[in-house]
Amino acid sequence: MSGMSDSPTPVITTSALARTFGSLVAVRDLDLLVPAGVIFGLLGPNGAGKSTTIKMLTTLLPPTAGRAAVAGFDIVRQAADVRRHIGYVPQLLSADGALTGRENLALSASLYRVPRAERRRRIDDALAFMDLVGSANLMVRTYSGGMIRRLELAQAMLHEPTVLFLDEPTIGLDPMARRAVWDRLLDLKAQGRLTVLLTTHDMEEADMLCDAVAIMHQGALVRIGPPADLRAALGPDATLEDVFADAVGGAIEEGGSYRDVRRLRQTARRLG
Amino acid sequence: MTSAGSARPLVASDSAPAFDAVLGFAGQTVAVTLAEARKLLRDPTELVSRAVQPVLWLIVFGQVFTRTHAIPTGSLSYLEFMAPGVLAQGVLFTAIFFGIAVIWERDLGIVHKMLASPAPRAALVLGKAGAAGVRGLPQAVIIYVLAALLGVRLSVHPGGLLCVVALVVLGSAVFSTFSLIVACLVKTRERFMGIGQLLTMPLFFASNAIYPLDLMPGWLRVVARVNPLSYFVDGLRATMITTGVSHFGLGVDLAVAAGLLTVLVLIAARLYPGLAR
Repeated sequence: MSGMSDSPTPVITTSALARTFGSLVAVRDLDLLVPAGVIFGLLGPNGAGKSTTIKMLTTLLPPTAGRAAVAGFDIVRQAADVRRHIGYVPQLLSADGALTGRENLALSASLYRVPRAERRRRIDDALAFMDLVGSANLMVRTYSGGMIRRLELAQAMLHEPTVLFLDEPTIGLDPMARRAVWDRLLDLKAQGRLTVLLTTHDMEEADMLCDAVAIMHQGALVRIGPPADLRAALGPDATLEDVFADAVGGAIEEGGSYRDVRRLRQTARRLG
Repeated sequence: MTSAGSARPLVASDSAPAFDAVLGFAGQTVAVTLAEARKLLRDPTELVSRAVQPVLWLIVFGQVFTRTHAIPTGSLSYLEFMAPGVLAQGVLFTAIFFGIAVIWERDLGIVHKMLASPAPRAALVLGKAGAAGVRGLPQAVIIYVLAALLGVRLSVHPGGLLCVVALVVLGSAVFSTFSLIVACLVKTRERFMGIGQLLTMPLFFASNAIYPLDLMPGWLRVVARVNPLSYFVDGLRATMITTGVSHFGLGVDLAVAAGLLTVLVLIAARLYPGLAR
């Protein structure tokens, strides 16, 4: 958080945020400040607490201690307000395969109460932006993994959220599809109105997309700052991968339950 | 004077958001129901396969027991007595496994996305219940056609038909919401299947679906009276069959259904967020 304190308006703030599951400490004493208009990456090995953090910030999981605010609203006391101001793309596959792309968008528009008069235009715009116009009326189960991810992004953007949460947005995608998702995110960032918090395992993705990253290990924050600064701090030729290895002690990953792994593989298979 | 003057806009600004919230709630509920209904219409195989069991009950079990005259059913033939019971059973058996679909949606990320949306949890749950309600109606059509072919004297009174539709939709909604609650508690498909199977048979046999309450031993009669299925069967019997009469009173049947749905939706709305944790 030290690297980010000069920023004007934080869109996400957490202080001593923590979550335990029984005796397992998934996230401990997390202090974060994410300024408006940036793409912020949450990195860490499996079981580092990235997904738990996203679940707390999206109000899906109540914290066991500490506080957090998203878009100016407390995630516990003002959960409904938080939900109105965020878009969320879960790591798992969340578009409905038995509906068309357009129907998926229409459902999102209804759930987010996008004004009726604007729905049609916003859905058309979103389809065009995500390059899905030609397949808008096809069942999503016929889509490729990359198309599904772009549709999910479109769904999450439809109500013009302040913050977008993306949990492993490119997991299981081939390099071309991954590139297409990156391009869309960079376009969104260029428009300047959106803050993105994403989790990733992919250091190339973090380096390429993120204005700042936080590396988590065993539930705690171990590095935070712009990728270039973190690299420079380690050495002249250091990559973000080196920073990552240094931060998590190069340890063989130990987190991630059987269930996590099964889910991850299922997602990758469905998207791939 | 001034206080009355200042109270006016306060009331207006208080009721407008309330009205807006109700409107929003209804819109979100209907959106969920319509999305599910659309999926169902595209892939009606499930509807057809679900119709097989009621067909067996009517044609095989019903026909045989009508001949034996072993079960006293008053002015109704046994087939007429059991046809509403078979419809209620079809509704129950379809709705009680609804939770499987919810667990499936959890294993994907659909539940997470729904729950991260600002839609009230109760609207999401009620929307799902509505979808299950829609799912029950084709069964009613199949059973009506079949029962008519078998000579059951079916009522075609518009008010009665409307009641049948209401009871089938309510019944499906009640048992599917119950199923959703079970899904929220057990969270895995394997455990859910076991519990679903455990529930259906007792609910069916400890009800007035295929034999009258008067025939039951005292303890079973008590069980049947607290079994919600009995009230759906009772209401259907009064409205589907020309000479059918209600044991509890149609008003009671509908009130039990609506009351139970309200309670179950409130419980489910509390438990549903647990699926995303």
